[in-house]
Amino acid sequence: MEKDLKKVAYYPGCALEGTGYAYNKSTKAVAKELGLDLVEVENWNCCGAMEVKNIDPEIETYLSARVLSQTEKMGFDKVMAPCNGCYHNLKKAEHDLTHDAHSVEVNDRLSKKAGHKTYEAGKVETLHALDWLMRAVGEEEISRRVRKSLSGIKVANYYGCMYTRPRRIFPEKDKGPGTESTANPHFMDDLLAAAGAENVAFPLKTACCGGAHTLSDSDTSTKLCLNILTAAEASGADVIATECPTCHTGLEMHQIRAEKVMGRKTKVKIMHFTQLLGLALGLSSRKVGVNDNFSDSRGFVKERGLG
Amino acid sequence: MTRTPRSIAEVEAACDALDALPGDALATDPAAHAAELLHLGEDVLAAWVTAKGGAPTEGESEGFRLLALHRQGARGTPSFNACRETCRELVYHHNLVLDDPASSEAVQRLRMATMIARHLALFVGGKLVVDGLGDFCCSSRPIRQGETAAPEAMET
Repeated sequence: MEKDLKKVAYYPGCALEGTGYAYNKSTKAVAKELGLDLVEVENWNCCGAMEVKNIDPEIETYLSARVLSQTEKMGFDKVMAPCNGCYHNLKKAEHDLTHDAHSVEVNDRLSKKAGHKTYEAGKVETLHALDWLMRAVGEEEISRRVRKSLSGIKVANYYGCMYTRPRRIFPEKDKGPGTESTANPHFMDDLLAAAGAENVAFPLKTACCGGAHTLSDSDTSTKLCLNILTAAEASGADVIATECPTCHTGLEMHQIRAEKVMGRKTKVKIMHFTQLLGLALGLSSRKVGVNDNFSDSRGFVKERGLG
Repeated sequence: MTRTPRSIAEVEAACDALDALPGDALATDPAAHAAELLHLGEDVLAAWVTAKGGAPTEGESEGFRLLALHRQGARGTPSFNACRETCRELVYHHNLVLDDPASSEAVQRLRMATMIARHLALFVGGKLVVDGLGDFCCSSRPIRQGETAAPEAMET
């Protein structure tokens, strides 16, 4: 366990204030229960997400760098971003500012124009909620703190794409035992197994859900999500655990759309990994926002004696 | 013997047909079904390479044509790495079946491999319709495309 990770800066990003509301709620509830302190980044802005990246990638790098600058200004050297998109973009900004002189120049110019300190690479480390919980708490402590084991619950862990791709922006991964793998990520599996869950072998854990194209090409997104849902069911899972608000919403929405448009019904539940973890720690289903999910898991949670 | 590659629609139909087979039928010759699934994956990637104006390689990478085709398909298109793990999972499941065709888990492994092959067909089929699928997420493009394409394509 790393003691300096007990209190970190928290960058929820926009999704966690909207469709990812339950992810935000459950992340904060789990942190509180584990005695961890999340201090929200003051006056944070959009990370640049997909939209700005497409229009002007340099501004996207600057926007993420400004979040890192705000974090540094608050006296933190670690920021935790639970959203895969935010996490990915902050990591990408770090990579760009380390390897690309032009990005450094543009970031400096825009930072000066905006009137804040220019962020310099290496000052702040960006963590995902998975990295953070693994390093700040660890599997042993999670096991010790479990009050309602997830025993008997079969989970397919779905990581999506932006947690591991592109590989070059995650230099800390693939460093051997104890580190995360980009080819076969396992931190979510490890944490939920520590809480008693039975992880199923799920071969589509990093497969594309078509999330970025959900509006421009809904049919492709629906088919990709349906195949993920079907594969999870075929692997014996009761629930798909997610760690990305975009994947989560996509799976939920396309589960409904697949039934309406294609007549293909799937029953597998979809929950944020922090919700499952929170339930295992003894938190109520309301406290971890189970009632805020589009996919209704309340009956499942009650039936399994959780929450 | 050279096979005639199937279209992506034909691959999807073949996956549906495999899905519909009862477990007993899959259990009669698991190795043959595993090989067929690998060929389905190759056909998907060959369709991508052909659509991009290339000639699908007959070579192998790490002992598999599927992985060589993926490497070829990702050249200059880093977002094609979005299906890198899917290809590797297909090879992995193929190997699991071949390692122990008599295993009681062989049928389940074939069922999962069918879904993996279908996902590959859906992703590549989707990418042929909307080229950007996987661009700004998996490859973090379009950021300085010329600069990022080469190193990412080598990650296969």
